[in-house]
Amino acid sequence: MTATPESPTPKSAPQPAPAAETRPVRSAVVIGGNRIPFARAHGAYAGASNQDMLTAALDGLVARFGLQDERIGEVAAGAVLKHSRDFNLTREAVLGSALSPETPVYDLQQACATGLETVIGLANKIKLGQIDSAIAGGVDSTSDAPIAVSEGLRSVLLELGRARSPKQKLAALARLRPKDLAPEAPSTAEPRTGLSMGEHQALTTAAWKITREAQDELALASHANLAAAYGRGFFDDLITPYRGLVKDGNLRPDTSLEKLAKLQPVFGKTLGEEATMTAGNSTPLTDGASAVLLGSEDFARRNDLPMLARVVDAEAAAVDFVHGKEGLLMAPAYAVPRLLERNGLRLSDFDFVEIHEAFAGTVLCHLAAWESEEFCRNKLGLDSPLGSVDRARLNVTGSSLAAGHPFAATGGRIVATVAKLLHEQAAAEGRRGRGLVSVCAAGGQGVAAILEAC
Amino acid sequence: MAAAQDSYLKLLSNPLARELAGRLKLPRPAVLRRYRPGDPLLPGPVLVLGAGDSAGTLASALLDWGLDVRRHATPGERIGGIVAVLDDVAEPGDLAAPALALGACLRQLAPGGRIVTVSRPAAASAGAAAAPAAAAARQGVDGLLRSVARELRAGATGNGILLDDGVDATAPGVLGALRFLLSGRSAYVDGQFLLVGPGTGTVPADPDRPVAGRAAVVTGAARGIGAAIAEVLRRDGALVTVVDVPAAGEQLAAVANRIGATALQLDITRPEAGARILEHAAGRHGRLDIVVHNAGITRDKLLANMDADRWNAVLEVNLAAQLRMNEAFLASDLLGPAPRIVCLASTSGIAGNRGQTNYAASKAGVIGMVRASAPVLAGRGGAINAVAPGFIETDMTARMPPAAREAARRLLPSLQQGGLPVDVAEAVAFLASDAADGINGQTLRVCGQSLVGA
Repeated sequence: MTATPESPTPKSAPQPAPAAETRPVRSAVVIGGNRIPFARAHGAYAGASNQDMLTAALDGLVARFGLQDERIGEVAAGAVLKHSRDFNLTREAVLGSALSPETPVYDLQQACATGLETVIGLANKIKLGQIDSAIAGGVDSTSDAPIAVSEGLRSVLLELGRARSPKQKLAALARLRPKDLAPEAPSTAEPRTGLSMGEHQALTTAAWKITREAQDELALASHANLAAAYGRGFFDDLITPYRGLVKDGNLRPDTSLEKLAKLQPVFGKTLGEEATMTAGNSTPLTDGASAVLLGSEDFARRNDLPMLARVVDAEAAAVDFVHGKEGLLMAPAYAVPRLLERNGLRLSDFDFVEIHEAFAGTVLCHLAAWESEEFCRNKLGLDSPLGSVDRARLNVTGSSLAAGHPFAATGGRIVATVAKLLHEQAAAEGRRGRGLVSVCAAGGQGVAAILEAC
Repeated sequence: MAAAQDSYLKLLSNPLARELAGRLKLPRPAVLRRYRPGDPLLPGPVLVLGAGDSAGTLASALLDWGLDVRRHATPGERIGGIVAVLDDVAEPGDLAAPALALGACLRQLAPGGRIVTVSRPAAASAGAAAAPAAAAARQGVDGLLRSVARELRAGATGNGILLDDGVDATAPGVLGALRFLLSGRSAYVDGQFLLVGPGTGTVPADPDRPVAGRAAVVTGAARGIGAAIAEVLRRDGALVTVVDVPAAGEQLAAVANRIGATALQLDITRPEAGARILEHAAGRHGRLDIVVHNAGITRDKLLANMDADRWNAVLEVNLAAQLRMNEAFLASDLLGPAPRIVCLASTSGIAGNRGQTNYAASKAGVIGMVRASAPVLAGRGGAINAVAPGFIETDMTARMPPAAREAARRLLPSLQQGGLPVDVAEAVAFLASDAADGINGQTLRVCGQSLVGA
């Protein structure tokens, strides 16, 4: 980003970077974020594509920080449900945004951890001095999901393209069967188990004996916390309205335990035990996009931009859910302890803990696992339980149960939120707090990261 | 930019329609001469009338601008502007010669031409009153100017500059006001007087970029007049922050990205609004130099049907919030060394308007607030003024009943048309710049010399 020539405060030129082998690792900071309000599927954004929404999230970020026509070091974003035409989704979004068309871009996909992984990857590039500024993002639309032709039809069409003679063409078409004409919509089912994400979580929830009441209480807290954060203007500089939607469409500020208790279970109905997972304590399908502005401290200072929090470290994990050794969404339970150990930290060292609420059960299973001596000894190889998360520090401005969960956009939402929380706390209390972010993902994966107030 | 449109004015761009309108004795409004960077100041030579010393010194000052200056009209030649220097009238008989001289060359005034009188107020803002005969002659200029302005056609306007005690005709503030009134920036200012008091003597280094490098904040900037103000301030060189309620964030971001500003989503009625604006402007630009209080709402109802919610909402947004924010700004050391505040009043606040008791009370209140705050701002080397728009083509006036709208456009103003948001913006930008040196505590109407509030 170049300094504005008429700015009243003279800005110094960027420091020339030393050669790579002598370059020290530096800090990468979160400068701010922007997202569009998340909409329930087939709602306000039914007519918006992933590219539309990601462009809107980028443009809101550009407007907030005055980045018009600036060349950003690199932009990375992705979507979980992606049309084949969107092979260059992020680049197309950047070209349609107010950023300089000379901004380089890459797409990334790690299921629901996509958004967090873009933050980590770009922060690492900043730390290494490869880039000075970056925008990490993610977007997903379940309303505008790609619908594919069946494998049978696809195979016939490809063969038809290769056929030269009319006879060969007829032969190809003759293979077509009526069932091949049915389209295939994407689902959240795991390819190797055939179980949906909800059914997988129902197994884990039951195994950890998480009660319906505990899940409903967590869902209620998510709505109450999100509503309160809106009420105090917390999202004024984190969200830009889009297509007439001003707040997250899934937020139910007036929900109650009574209302949540009335909902019928939707997952785990065939487990033989009482089913506990409802539409109220599971995240709905959602459309939305988010973006996070990252930079070196030098970049932020040079451009008079705020520094909210440093991206300290991150860890990914994966579990073997295919053979039933672990629950599908339990990978962060492994990523977090490894991350804490590497950084010499305990759970109690964090002022804010953000655990993505794929389902209320997911969060509660993680908390239970970290409190379980057996789990921590047998699965993590620890002498004692990892510890408890103080509920007063957990998802304090709400999470996915209330806000919704457009898969790849969730990481950006959480990172910007926790960075702002840390910054607010630092301003109020004058100390550098820490935040822990944990996101589970399809395929038995999970990613965790540590942020620290600047 | 203006979503609303005057289709009659558009129709008259067709010569046949224009002739027909003439035969039917319908109003034939002109396309106004509006400022475009690079255009000459006037559409022809400037004629300086007046027998006193001031006329001579003022003519030399205009020569220094590179203008084609005449002291006598050449018969048959088009004149771009006439400056009538009347600061020496001492008794009513002194008016005859300059008035008749002005009349003799009126027919030579070019389309979009300008008449500007330079005179002294009947009662100076401080000090002893003028003798009755002198006061009568000085006040006579008021009637002369306002009437000649009504006789002008083809988009020409007439306005006056009043020299306060101790201010001579070539004071920087007088020249700044004169340049504004002669230029296309004052297209919809007609029949108005600007009182120039003793200023700081500062003049903009570049008259085409009079607010270069200044950090400016415009509230209510997501659309209409506010967006136009932000755009004009940016064009004139300011570093602009646009503010609007979070719900208008999408339009606000679009404005910011179009003009190159930063967007701040903020409800100005929040108690911390002033602090948030200061924090943002100081963080991004080091300080806050210019504040434009444009945000305003209407909740029209006849007083007999008025309820507390409508009354209070209008007074809170349009007046109380401005008072609170000004208090916060003036208490802060982040406010620049020569702060300029411009508030949006309304002709409704001057003349009253049926169904707008709440709105008119709030806007009249603004005029009072500006007058009372002037000494405080002057003490800091700055100024506070108001602009009172008349009928401006915006989304707000597009919602008026058609008959009332047509009357407001066509019958009431001398210019026979509504103004555009940019017309208000130009006046605001002038008052936000050092060109308005010595103008303080005043309310400038931008109304095309409407009968309302005249």
